[in-house]
Amino acid sequence: MRQSILAFASVSLITTTVAFAGGHGGNPAVNARNAHMSLYGFNLGILGDMAKGTTEYDSALATEAANNLAALAAFDQTAYWIEGTEQDAALGSRAKAEIWSDAAGWEEQMKAMEDGAASLAAVAGNGLEALQGGMRVAGSACGSCHKAFRGPRN
Amino acid sequence: MWGKLFRWGVFLGLIGAACYWVVTRPTTLDLEQIAALAGDAEAGQIVFIAAGCASCHARESISGDEKLVLAGGQRFPSDFGTFVAPNISMDPDHGIGSWNQSDFLNAVVKGVSPTGKHYFPAFPYTSYNKMTLQDGAHLWAYMQTLSKSGAPSQPHEIAFPFSIRRNLGGWKFLFLSQDWVAAAPTPTLERGRYLVEALGHCAECHTPRNALGALDTARWMQGAPDPSGKGRVPGITPAILGWVEADIIEYLFSGFTPEFDTAGGHMANVIENTAQLPKEDREAIAAYLLALPN
Repeated sequence: MRQSILAFASVSLITTTVAFAGGHGGNPAVNARNAHMSLYGFNLGILGDMAKGTTEYDSALATEAANNLAALAAFDQTAYWIEGTEQDAALGSRAKAEIWSDAAGWEEQMKAMEDGAASLAAVAGNGLEALQGGMRVAGSACGSCHKAFRGPRN
Repeated sequence: MWGKLFRWGVFLGLIGAACYWVVTRPTTLDLEQIAALAGDAEAGQIVFIAAGCASCHARESISGDEKLVLAGGQRFPSDFGTFVAPNISMDPDHGIGSWNQSDFLNAVVKGVSPTGKHYFPAFPYTSYNKMTLQDGAHLWAYMQTLSKSGAPSQPHEIAFPFSIRRNLGGWKFLFLSQDWVAAAPTPTLERGRYLVEALGHCAECHTPRNALGALDTARWMQGAPDPSGKGRVPGITPAILGWVEADIIEYLFSGFTPEFDTAGGHMANVIENTAQLPKEDREAIAAYLLALPN
């Protein structure tokens, strides 16, 4: 298990480095957002590889990663999401301007993510099948927000 | 001399006009072929999900049960102008509630409206023409069960000469084909091919187009510019994608990529559909994609 965590750590480090290289000298709020997303990615990686059967299911590790996700999702990110840092306005940003023009819709998505992550954390330790179901719930929360509020990769 | 030339001109012009008339004439299904078909709403639900009807015909950026109201209104920018998805709910005035099953099947697999006009191929009848007529009948039965919307359909914003629907008959003559692109020697691959090439119409975004907007089957699933003009739709052949079977199956279920990013944009709609399919269907799609040439 230790090995797989190391493997994840190195992949995550590469991703983060690339993300930072992209955002170097850019807006610190955008960099913070991208870093926050990397942390989701790292913890989702642990869970997703178990869900896919690439690594063996480990109840304790799954719970730990899912708790991390729930904590990250509950994190107050208000200070990151500054108006004027949308795609094409701030380096490294893929945020759509609708985040600010449709603040209520955005709030709803953030709440759905928090709920999705909490429900995943509640079931991740209950066996592989429960984890797989929880991943779909969390994934649809991520996808629903990305559908509405994230711009295309340029 | 000039009189003779003139007569020849008229003669050739008439032949040209006759050819144009024949080639561009909307063709419909043989009524006998479809009269006996009876649809089953439950079977139609899977067809509806796999064909992604709601992804384009529901309002934009919504999820869950709201997606079952096919009110239209989503805008699709392209090189030829902007297409606006029409209301296809069962409202008799603003939707398709006054249609019968033959009207519906002709629309879906022939791209011809009940009044005998060609539809623009933004409506992917270019893929749906490979759907079985029985599945089309199931789909029609299922769509009867969905809520109506009284929202009027908005006109497409297409400039001359592309706005002349009759010309689409020529386009269809040149490019419309019912041939499969990939071989499918096993039942799993055959199901995968049906889901990908017919119902799922994946190639409509993942395959590049020629200057006239027809899919370039020689570069099947190799990725294409996003029709909105912003970004690219990625290639999904094995060599370009580089994902293993488990990666594809998981992506079609939870939307997570192997890097644990998630699907966004229009693909998020697709994942909402594929997640609802039976597991065997996601496996069949993965098998099909992994069997594509590099």
